[in-house]
Amino acid sequence: MAERSFAAEVEQLRVPAGSTFSGEGILAVTKALLEAGVGYVTGYQGSPISHLMDVLADAQPILQELGVYFEPAASEAAAAAALSASVNYPVRGAVTWKSTVGTNVASDALANLASGGVTGGALIIVGEDYGEGSSIMQERTHAFAMKSQMWLLDPKPNLTDIVQAVHDGFALSEATHTPVMLQLRIRSCHLHGSFITRENRRPAFTLKDALENPQRDVNRIVLPPASFLHEREKIEQRWPAAVRHITEQQLNDFVDGELDHLGIILLGGLYNNVQRALQLLEQGDLFGHSRVPLYVLNVAYPLVDSEVLRFCRGKRAVLVVEEGQPDYHAQNLQQILSRHGITTQLHGKDLLPMGGDYTVATLRDGIAAFLRQHHPAAFAAPVAVALPTPLLRAPSATAAAPASPPPAPSLLPPRPPGLCVGCPERPIFSSLKLVERELGTHHVSADIGCHLFSIMPPFNLGATTMGYGLGASSASAFAAGRQLGAGKKAIAFMGDGGFWHNGLTSGIANAVFNRHDNVFVIVDNNYSAATGGQDIPSSRALNPQRSTQHPIEQAVRGVGVTWLRTLTRTYDVAAMRAALREALTSREPGPKVVIAQSECMLNRQRREKPQRAKALKAGQRVVKERFGVDAAVCSGDHACMRVSGCPSLTLAPSGDALKPDPVAHVDEHCVACGHCGEVADAAVLCPSFYKAHTVHHPSRWERWRARTSGAVVAWLQAREQRSRARRALYPLPQTPPLR
Amino acid sequence: MTPQSDKRPPRQFNIAVLALGGQGGGVLVDWIVNLAEHAGWTAQSTSVAGVAQRTGATVYYIELVEPTPGRTPVLAQMAVPGQVDVLLAAELMEAGRAVERGFVTPERTLVVASSHRTYAVQEKMVPGNGVADSAAVLALVQRSARRLVAADLQALAVQHGSVISASLFGALAGAGVLPFAQADFEAVVQRSGVGVQPSLAALRAAAELAARDAALPTLPAPAAAMQQPARPLPERAAAPALQNLLDRIRRDFPRPAWDWLGEGLARVTDWQDTAYGAEYLDRVAPLAAADTGADGHALSIEAARWVAVAMSYDDVIRVAALKTRAERSARLRAEVGASADAVFGSEEYFHPRLEEALGTLPRALADWLDARPALRQAVADRLDRGRRIQSHSLRGHLMLRGVAGLRRWRRGSRRHAQEMAHLQAWLQQVQQALAGGDPALAVELLRCRRLVKGYSDTHARGSSRFDQLMGAARRLSGRPQAAARLAQLREAALRDAEGQALRQALQAMDLAA
Repeated sequence: MAERSFAAEVEQLRVPAGSTFSGEGILAVTKALLEAGVGYVTGYQGSPISHLMDVLADAQPILQELGVYFEPAASEAAAAAALSASVNYPVRGAVTWKSTVGTNVASDALANLASGGVTGGALIIVGEDYGEGSSIMQERTHAFAMKSQMWLLDPKPNLTDIVQAVHDGFALSEATHTPVMLQLRIRSCHLHGSFITRENRRPAFTLKDALENPQRDVNRIVLPPASFLHEREKIEQRWPAAVRHITEQQLNDFVDGELDHLGIILLGGLYNNVQRALQLLEQGDLFGHSRVPLYVLNVAYPLVDSEVLRFCRGKRAVLVVEEGQPDYHAQNLQQILSRHGITTQLHGKDLLPMGGDYTVATLRDGIAAFLRQHHPAAFAAPVAVALPTPLLRAPSATAAAPASPPPAPSLLPPRPPGLCVGCPERPIFSSLKLVERELGTHHVSADIGCHLFSIMPPFNLGATTMGYGLGASSASAFAAGRQLGAGKKAIAFMGDGGFWHNGLTSGIANAVFNRHDNVFVIVDNNYSAATGGQDIPSSRALNPQRSTQHPIEQAVRGVGVTWLRTLTRTYDVAAMRAALREALTSREPGPKVVIAQSECMLNRQRREKPQRAKALKAGQRVVKERFGVDAAVCSGDHACMRVSGCPSLTLAPSGDALKPDPVAHVDEHCVACGHCGEVADAAVLCPSFYKAHTVHHPSRWERWRARTSGAVVAWLQAREQRSRARRALYPLPQTPPLR
Repeated sequence: MTPQSDKRPPRQFNIAVLALGGQGGGVLVDWIVNLAEHAGWTAQSTSVAGVAQRTGATVYYIELVEPTPGRTPVLAQMAVPGQVDVLLAAELMEAGRAVERGFVTPERTLVVASSHRTYAVQEKMVPGNGVADSAAVLALVQRSARRLVAADLQALAVQHGSVISASLFGALAGAGVLPFAQADFEAVVQRSGVGVQPSLAALRAAAELAARDAALPTLPAPAAAMQQPARPLPERAAAPALQNLLDRIRRDFPRPAWDWLGEGLARVTDWQDTAYGAEYLDRVAPLAAADTGADGHALSIEAARWVAVAMSYDDVIRVAALKTRAERSARLRAEVGASADAVFGSEEYFHPRLEEALGTLPRALADWLDARPALRQAVADRLDRGRRIQSHSLRGHLMLRGVAGLRRWRRGSRRHAQEMAHLQAWLQQVQQALAGGDPALAVELLRCRRLVKGYSDTHARGSSRFDQLMGAARRLSGRPQAAARLAQLREAALRDAEGQALRQALQAMDLAA
């Protein structure tokens, strides 16, 4: 069950042709797939295309009606391998994942697929996670397109063009027998806009047809001598076919402008921001007019020599706009120009930054520098054409700097992402912090997933993260500890998502096989939580579409682990600490595996809240809990926060003139996971925490017992208050009489 | 809406929304897009989710363009410094961050910011008071904006049973910068169909606030934000037994210290008894007598504060007393929203150790037990584990009352003897500073008591820092700027739990032991 439901939005997938579709980029892509008559779709979730997988899962009934097969793949490699269905049959297939991390995982299958080529259109939709907000290493998908020779589309970031790119991608793939990649940047996946729909199409050739009439062609299999043939085919047939198709179908855009001795070559995905930069420089307008001619590469790879020559010939200088490094496009363009003896000066990373996000401000500065060098008049004389002026402020070429100086950095506290309120992973790291107080610090290999936030304050745990499900393997070298007589073991973390993605084999089975002595903590929270709470084989909930409830413990035992502790409640800090301590001090050879289970709180709340509200309405017994801190007891030292970091555990004034430091306070977002109390207890911090509960619709017995003991307690309290009143300087607070 | 003519550029609004993960920034963005699209405008929104979805800061960006029939505008995908018309910040520091990123400019930007705080981990981890300076950030935002609407929009939303996206949306309506009527805003919420009535109430309240351009909230400096002022000294003591002590304060102590002496007296008598109150005044009196009135009678005031704190140290007797009081039950009941007849209760998290138990024993008995390691260990093993006490149940309540009742024997306990010795040594050092002619140093020595607080490890850490400062003060004594330096050291000691800042400060002053 994913974090976000698209049940309402997917109804838009049924709208008739010619309607205006208004929504997010990923929803538009799904609609485009249906319009293109796709036969099967698969992929692996991950920002920024997690929602694409969620949309597809929620669109299952519509997909079924159209005869489209969908499955969430076990990994990107599995998804890419599924495209083999399009090798021998004229069926269109699409896969999706987060790039470049997912493309790394998939590249084995992709290389094989690209070598043999495809019959049906094969489209690989990648969420290009580069630049601001990215959660991964800063690399580009472009390199994969080049090395395996797959065509790469990078459409202009508006829904009409993105949808068109899906259609173009399938057509290009079929015309060239080559898989096509379609890259969508972060902001384009989460872009709200609109486009005009076409009719949904059932696949002309279905997988049923394929199964019932199997075909094979030895020449499409990557095995010598066919593999040598493939390389020749790539060069002699597929590339020229691609060039022909791109040119004939006019997939790239040429925008004319009056400064025709200059030009800008840009990637489609950067078009809107380049256009805004031109507008800010008074060299363009809101509707796409530009004084500088533009060559927009909606096909980022391959470049079409003839188009490049057509654009550059006769120009004094051209600016290439591509993010990141290496500057693949500039290198390729330079080669094309010099091969044809064209002397147009090529600018790129000399005027624009080598790395980082190309924000509008960055682009404006780069283009301004380009124009100043080659056409200073652009800024000098009044512009000939009628140009719009923005509403509130006239722009000028130099209006760049914000008017006020930025504040001193110390004024604003940084706000890194962290674990949610009630996260079951928090107590695991608190426990490890407590164990480290006894046993000293350890080398900790981290993994991809929410648990990676343990590297942030207040935990500051984890030394490396090498890839999804690779936490266990990245501790491999430290298995040398046993051989070298080290006094400590390494600790490796891995989530359940990473475990099923590849950690079972590359991590755990490998540790058994190589007799590792390290400690492996598998964080089992029922979902692939970091990517939005998708189900995985070990999910505990029943999923009508999938087979779940396959325990990690069985899998781990199945590959030969003998030292294993499963904790079914991570919030039990004392038990978690004991298990970790035991694992770290055990003399038994072989990997020590601790499976820490508790459901992702975000998903749990989403599931339980409506149920509780319903029960409450129906008059059933419901217990509501929350934690609190006695301000008068709290010392104001915040030791609890240094081992917790719960967003709900926050600061408040003490309410006591004699306590100048803020005290701990549990705010209304508390979900009563109990972590703060457990930690205060296990770490012997302070007795200020309490758990308060209210029983709605209690039983008669409960009510009677509460009333009687309440009456006695109230009587005792009244007596105590009278005694206290005899030594009080200020009047004591009035308390309402209890019953 | 009249379609724009070709001569006039179309009206365009660039809106950035800065919010924390989980605050519902996405809902607000959807509402704004819906508002514009319903009026036939072109609307584009973008966001960067990634890891920011989990409690981190997130930027959403929206561009709205009035209808341009036959022509499609090309819209930017990110906020551009100097090009933002409206900035909505769902938390005060995020408004500051928007300024830092250049999204707020005096010529152009209307800022709607909630003045409430969601503290960052870095602020919370500080052992003292680590909260950022809200007043300074608000002033910065005001300086940088064309117009600023700021109020606690979080509290306003909660007050109407809604969420902050509703009050921010309402403030945007009321600010009148977008060419849409408030009715159009309300229609968006109605169309959304979820929690309509509370959201409308929050929207209207925020719109009203923004429309009348309500004054900006006055935000206190960080120290003042967390510091409660002392209550005024009452004319008559609530308990007749305290009246002569009250009279003594008025008679023997300088007026500026009265309120603080009242707080201190109330604390120590509540903690122990009336006689202990007299003892308290006896301890403060010699310091007040030496007070020359310098720095607003700082010596008397600080003595009144910190002697009371030192005399009412945190112990299990105090904790048990606080947890069993009638007003506490009432507070908890209100906190969980339990009605008078609801079944309600609380569970206390205790972890008493042998050290705490020994502390409450009479000195002789504690020493006797200490001399028998085997027995001591046996007791420790039985004692040292977490306990959950149901304070609402009769059994739990009686157990805690029993512990609270040890108050009568507290003065004979080992802990009390230790605390009083510590107190004596400290006050002696204060007296020495006075005798040495450095009353400013004496004041700072008194303030150092702020470091000693809490239980077990926290208490041990605080005490050891305190002792370090006392040692440093001895070496500083007689040197110029002794008081200022000691104050610096104290601030450093409160900055981090590991003591790194203090170590560095000591080294910098060449005082490292």
